[in-house]
Amino acid sequence: MNLSEYQGVWVFIEQNEGEIEGVSLELLGAGRTLADKLEVPLAGVLLGDGVRSLANQVVYYGADEVYIIDHPVLKDYRTESYMKGVIELAEKYKPEIFLYGATPNGKDLASAVATDLSTGLTADTTMLDIDLENRLFEASRPAFGGNIMATILCKKHRPQMATVRPKVMKALEVDHTRIGKIIEETISLKEEDMRTKVIQIVKDVSKKANLADAHVIICGGKGMGDLQNFQLLYSLADSIGASVGGTRDVVEAGWLPHHLQIGQTGETVTPKIYFAVGLSGAIQHTVGMKNSEIIIAINKDPNAPIFDVATYGIVGDAMEILPKLIEQFNELKNHTGGELSYV
Amino acid sequence: MHIVVCVKQVPDTKIIKINPKTNTLDRRSAPAILNPYDAHAVQEAVRLKKLVGGTVSVVSMGPPQATAIIKKSVEIGADEGYLISDRAFAGADTLATSYALSKALERIAKIKPIDMVICGKHAIDGDTGQVGPGIARRLDIPPVTNVIEVTEVIEKDKKVVIKRKLTSGYEIIQAQLPCLLTVEKEINEVEYSPLPNMIRAAKYESIIWTVADLENVDKVQLGLKGSPTIVGKMFSPPKPEGGIRLEGTANEQVNKLMDLLMEKKELFTLQTTK
Ligand SMILES: Cc1cc2nc3c(=O)[nH]c(=O)nc-3n(C[C@H](O)[C@H](O)[C@H](O)COP(=O)(O)OP(=O)(O)OC[C@H]3O[C@@H](n4cnc5c(N)ncnc54)[C@H](O)[C@@H]3O)c2cc1C
Ligand SMILES: Nc1ncnc2c1ncn2[C@@H]1O[C@H](COP(=O)(O)O)[C@@H](O)[C@H]1O
Repeated sequence: MNLSEYQGVWVFIEQNEGEIEGVSLELLGAGRTLADKLEVPLAGVLLGDGVRSLANQVVYYGADEVYIIDHPVLKDYRTESYMKGVIELAEKYKPEIFLYGATPNGKDLASAVATDLSTGLTADTTMLDIDLENRLFEASRPAFGGNIMATILCKKHRPQMATVRPKVMKALEVDHTRIGKIIEETISLKEEDMRTKVIQIVKDVSKKANLADAHVIICGGKGMGDLQNFQLLYSLADSIGASVGGTRDVVEAGWLPHHLQIGQTGETVTPKIYFAVGLSGAIQHTVGMKNSEIIIAINKDPNAPIFDVATYGIVGDAMEILPKLIEQFNELKNHTGGELSYV
Repeated sequence: MHIVVCVKQVPDTKIIKINPKTNTLDRRSAPAILNPYDAHAVQEAVRLKKLVGGTVSVVSMGPPQATAIIKKSVEIGADEGYLISDRAFAGADTLATSYALSKALERIAKIKPIDMVICGKHAIDGDTGQVGPGIARRLDIPPVTNVIEVTEVIEKDKKVVIKRKLTSGYEIIQAQLPCLLTVEKEINEVEYSPLPNMIRAAKYESIIWTVADLENVDKVQLGLKGSPTIVGKMFSPPKPEGGIRLEGTANEQVNKLMDLLMEKKELFTLQTTK
């Protein structure tokens, strides 16, 4: 493999029913930085049915080029049809780096593409960088157990691929003056050749509305002691209209259902205010919440790692602090005769 | 139907202790278990077998002690268990792992053709979820990842109807057999093993293969040699510019926090209720 033949940074643009996923825009932001360091173009790869109109948006968010494959068989995401398109593009244009959102579809696609291209793929990364001296992509992710990150390299194969956690990277400000090159490719796909069919897509927004879109989150950890004490968090949540989430240990203890787990193997959240109560702040947890605007940590151990990411830290017993906080918020409400909410 | 489940032995990350000084794992503290997602995968295979009949096999790649999780799978209800174990497999990343496992599956298919492969959504140690789709590609069968329900098996048409989890919501997919599924935890509850299974498991001898027992193996694609990715460095995550530690008694700290939050008024609005 002649590594120098491979140039440029690519981002797979995931769209669902004509709407680009947030993570793809975030990756254009992250990809822009990588491409600038390498002094190569940044390209978005857009597949679907009737998606040409989305190409401009990809450019406005930072891409120099957009590769498009528009085909009726690509209407819904399917591994077999999408991978065929992506692989043909990658083999023809040879990118050196290729990023995908770590969503169900992004991970599925990236795994299949990596296998066929016989290249390396790093899962669920949270930090991306370039080693300019060796012109190598450094994809880092929290490593198994403990507060440690591992940088994964792919030295001898191209493209260097990674899936990236949603809500970790930042999208650029949309710039409507940006101009990019649109490259449309054709592909031969026949519905009869497809071995899977999407029969129906059922949207469920109820769960999401709870955590991923919440403006204020109260997250409890194992330090709450027991299920009964954990209820204190709901009282605080009630007084400020917040949603309640938990660490994996809390979910394992059965105090909360899995879909309310925050962290690497749960939801990634970016609320305006995040209360971290009685949780230690293991990296698998903090990767899922550290981009919150204000993080308030309450922990009785002054050395708990959560204080390293907290905006405001309170060292103390949650059972003592929480009732006081609830009282204060309730007083504030009564005082102003209003309902507390957040913009 | 012949269903083969890929099962991996992993350290129990719930119990594993981390040495806070060196940031390394105390491996002795962690018992090796059947990857929890794979337990659900075996359970699902056993459920489908009860529904439509057939055989459930499991296959694992790992050190000789991994026969323990094959026994565990037999407890859940698997009929047969294969372990591929060889120094040549050591140090494999997901690409090399899916290659080795696909070679084992090809060998198993010679004994009895395979209709479905089931993997866990991910292994709790590596946490990638890449091996399943990788195997599907190598066997050239369609992968369906993040499965939360196998709704229907239509044996005469060789088709299955599946619910697959999406970022928000789910989709209903029809897939041709043979196919490969990766399953989420919510697909089922892993049941307590009935006594006859326990007895069978206690006596069960796994079938162990080395590389020499597999056919058409390109050794360059195995283990460390066949792994395009390597761990470059390990580091502590950069500490964000530390925030403010509130001082004083509990009351003082709470008051201070309220003051700080009120300074950030733009985050809150007070709506007057009628
Ligand atoms: C592959 C992998 C994936 C993982 N994914 C996730 C994930 O998605 N999400 C996640 O959260 N974790 C995840 N984990 C687990 C993670 O490593 C930690 O084990 C977990 O987050 C710890 O949960 P905790 O903070 O609730 O409990 P602990 O670590 O036990 O912390 C409890 C804290 O509460 C404090 N405390 C105790 N009593 C009080 C009190 N009265 N008042 C105030 N503070 C008190 C203690 O000082 C301590 O800091 C994962 C681990 C692995 C290996
Ligand atoms: N060494 C292995 N032996 C058997 N199955 C494996 C092995 N590694 C991974 N798998 C399967 O692939 C799934 C995903 O693993 P991973 O891609 O490592 O997260 C697991 O849940 C297993 O079903």
